[in-house]
Amino acid sequence: MTVIEARGLRKRFGRLEVLRGVDFAMPSGRITGLIGPNAAGKTTLIKCLLGLVRPDAGELRVLGETPSDGVAYRARLGYMPQAARFPENLTGREVLALLRDLRGPDAEVDDELVERFRLGPELAKPVRALSGGTRQKLSAALAFLFRPTLLILDEPTAGLDPLASGIFKEKLLQAREAGTAVLIASHTLSELEELADEVVFLHEGLVRFHGSQQRLAQATGFLRLERAIAAMMGERTMTGGAA
Amino acid sequence: MSAARKIVRYQLRDIARNRWVLAYAAVLLVLTEAFYRLGGDGARALLSLLNVVLILVPLVALTFGTLYLYHAREFIELVLAQPVGRGAMFAGLYIGLALPLAGGLAGGVGLPFLFHLADGPLPWRPLLVLLGTGVLLTLAFTAIAFVIALRFEDRAKGFGTALLVWLACAVVYDGLVLLVTVTFPDYPLETPLLLLTLLNPLDLGRVLLLLHFEVAALMGYTGAVFQRFLGTALGMALAVAALLAWTGVPLALGARRFQRRDL
Repeated sequence: MTVIEARGLRKRFGRLEVLRGVDFAMPSGRITGLIGPNAAGKTTLIKCLLGLVRPDAGELRVLGETPSDGVAYRARLGYMPQAARFPENLTGREVLALLRDLRGPDAEVDDELVERFRLGPELAKPVRALSGGTRQKLSAALAFLFRPTLLILDEPTAGLDPLASGIFKEKLLQAREAGTAVLIASHTLSELEELADEVVFLHEGLVRFHGSQQRLAQATGFLRLERAIAAMMGERTMTGGAA
Repeated sequence: MSAARKIVRYQLRDIARNRWVLAYAAVLLVLTEAFYRLGGDGARALLSLLNVVLILVPLVALTFGTLYLYHAREFIELVLAQPVGRGAMFAGLYIGLALPLAGGLAGGVGLPFLFHLADGPLPWRPLLVLLGTGVLLTLAFTAIAFVIALRFEDRAKGFGTALLVWLACAVVYDGLVLLVTVTFPDYPLETPLLLLTLLNPLDLGRVLLLLHFEVAALMGYTGAVFQRFLGTALGMALAVAALLAWTGVPLALGARRFQRRDL
């Protein structure tokens, strides 16, 4: 099943054309790594998927809905933002309760990460008293909380210690086995190498490559993701310079 | 329960513990108590409080309101990643902010009067008029703060604009009225001044208070015009209606912008 389908997605902010016709599709049960240099349009693309940013042109379907038209699809979506910030005077428990309230009593809850991260005692404290890493753990637990069909993760492990990061990856692979589609935007290429079934390489608002890591290796002649990406970017700049 | 009400519930808990809101209530409490002791009775304390409410309430609603909305950016993202519409989010944000601000005002000014219940009868009506006007001002200026915060992407610009709006309403406006009356002494200025008042929510609050406290001569020209032109009852009704419009129109504008804009 296709969970995300984007065709010719365009978005401009003032003079800056951030997305210049993005095409890509994402199936369920796979982990897709979204990579690209800074200002490639990754965050804007993610915000389009969440319905936070409205594309100027192109078609976008997420879990069968157009994000700017409806909100129901977000009941099957889990999102972990790059920087986890919550209303600072609420306790972690209250933040969890808020999301549960918003999802309604019928939403199935999976709080395994709350337990495995040992968040219990931290949840009684106001969020402002939590360390950055703990907030990130809470944010990860929230993303998995409602057994999402689609998980969107923006730099998820940036603030996590190795232990937490290991637990997180385990959970991610479990979710994939259960059929969840996962989109991870990350600069930590070694991690994507380990997790991602496919990579989408976004550069200057266009998808330059989408396929398995093996295909990327074949296309560029480099086995390591990092080298392959560097090779692709180098090539782009050269053709860009010639034009 | 609607999504907006759920958001309001948690926001109330957040903002009720916010130290700026607590400080706001504490300042009002201390001032009210001080005026009470200095004046000797509630009626005099209320007169002294008029200006405090007129100046402080719009200032706090404008500055805290804009800053709060900038600060809530990530929270807005988090909630909108749930199956929640933007309309519910906007309503939740506004009510969740205006309510605790109004509560801080009611608590800060009201509690000292309750402490002094034993000292003699409470000036109930003037107290309620003062609190009611303060609440209307809170609603209007919080709505204006939201429009400002949604208009400017940059928080320094937004905060600066909020301060400018306050300055214009609280200070510059009075100068303008004075200038008009001095420049055209031979003309009937009632109608233009009435219209001018409608353009300034802070002045509407002042007119409302003056009409009730009947100290028009003490505090400005527009109040006197209101009373002479419309009489107390009609004048107050018009001022309340105009203040409600100053809440409704910015709210509608803000909600429309919030629906459409990229977050």
